[in-house]
Amino acid sequence: MGEPVVDARGLGRRFGGVAALNAVEISVAAGEAIAVFGPNGAGKTTLLRLLATLLRPTTGTLLLFGQAVSDGGAAARRRIGFLSHQSFLYPDLTPAENLDFYARMFKVPSPAARVRQMLEQVELEGWAHRPVRTLSRGLEQRCALARALLHEPALLLLDEPFTGLDVDAARTLSRMLQQARGRGATLLMTTHDVARGCEICTRAVILARGRLVWNGDISTSQREQFEHTYHAATHAAAT
Amino acid sequence: MLALLRKDLQIELRTKETLAALLLLGLLTLVVLSFAFDPTSELRVEAAPGALWVAVIFAGVLGLNRSFLAERENDCLQGLLLCPVDRGTIYLAKTVSNFLFMMAAQLVMVPIFVFFFNLPATAALWSVLLSLALGVFGFAAVGTLFAAIAVRTRAREVMLPLLLLPLVVPLFIAGVKVTAHALGGKALGEVAPWLNLMVGFDVMLLVVAWLVFEYAVEE
Repeated sequence: MGEPVVDARGLGRRFGGVAALNAVEISVAAGEAIAVFGPNGAGKTTLLRLLATLLRPTTGTLLLFGQAVSDGGAAARRRIGFLSHQSFLYPDLTPAENLDFYARMFKVPSPAARVRQMLEQVELEGWAHRPVRTLSRGLEQRCALARALLHEPALLLLDEPFTGLDVDAARTLSRMLQQARGRGATLLMTTHDVARGCEICTRAVILARGRLVWNGDISTSQREQFEHTYHAATHAAAT
Repeated sequence: MLALLRKDLQIELRTKETLAALLLLGLLTLVVLSFAFDPTSELRVEAAPGALWVAVIFAGVLGLNRSFLAERENDCLQGLLLCPVDRGTIYLAKTVSNFLFMMAAQLVMVPIFVFFFNLPATAALWSVLLSLALGVFGFAAVGTLFAAIAVRTRAREVMLPLLLLPLVVPLFIAGVKVTAHALGGKALGEVAPWLNLMVGFDVMLLVVAWLVFEYAVEE
């Protein structure tokens, strides 16, 4: 097996006095698809933001593509795509202008052609020249998906990507994630939707109160144990 | 960096929000202050440099406050930070775009300043523009850093001037001095120490803010 795409050892992050993530150990091989489950406030988004180099870890070490990200992570970011609750799109620019901007920031070859191709893939050609401000949440999220995949990232980080999507948009997202997996991309996705997570991913981790409480595959043989752990974590967080 | 600059210009050309705000507040300040003095009085010429720089400060703070608002919507700042460029490049591009917007406003404000303060339109105006360019550059250099910090606070309209203005007082004093000397018909060489101070301050503010920006935009 080759070098892991993500290798986190004792990864922790504190915000003031609060430990959002505590001593997380996770290794992700190239081409794997991992669903990150956990109740609200478990540290899922913090984990993704650490892996996206948007946050620095307070404790532990993080290797991305075999390299430490202590140098600021610019080289690693070139190979990472991040889809969040927020679209990261400028409301006063059109989808075409937004994608063109990000294509240039990521130094995508032939940016104009790539932007057209991505707009086609997310079925946004009809809205390509209207300001993002005027688009619905679903259309904006499609454009955000195009932004995240624009530079063909080797590692895709998805923070509850299906939230707020209509059936059509959800289908487009599933299709594009399958395509990304088909070209060998590694995928890490936070979700509350067990069925969806199990459909797209082969392995799951469960976070509870910033700690990793499950890390294993979600094949049929282990599914029952996984679901039991997940429900226990959710129940503990609610009480 | 060019992509970032182009994006800021694209947004501004579409919305015209920053330039309109800069111009409106700057011109209003100049007009109101010009009415405080007798049009024939010598005092008017003496007060003119101060009035011009007060307008620059008011308008500049407003413009800087706006500069990171576009990055706040849809969490675009995070989108920028995800790009494979170092934070220093983002800072430099934002500083240059802030400088360009503020200087564009000055190019409209200076002729109106000359008119309302009844000043002679002489070659001294180039010296005034030079002092404005140096002052505005330092203002933009440190203001961009503080705008990035203030935009994440609840009281950002108050926070930015509180952080920014005490730091740039020496720059504005030098700016007022250079403007006053220029309007008084003196040669630029006579105000060389003030110009040197402005250049030195600009370089210092730019380097310090560039080094600190990375930590300012991280949570």
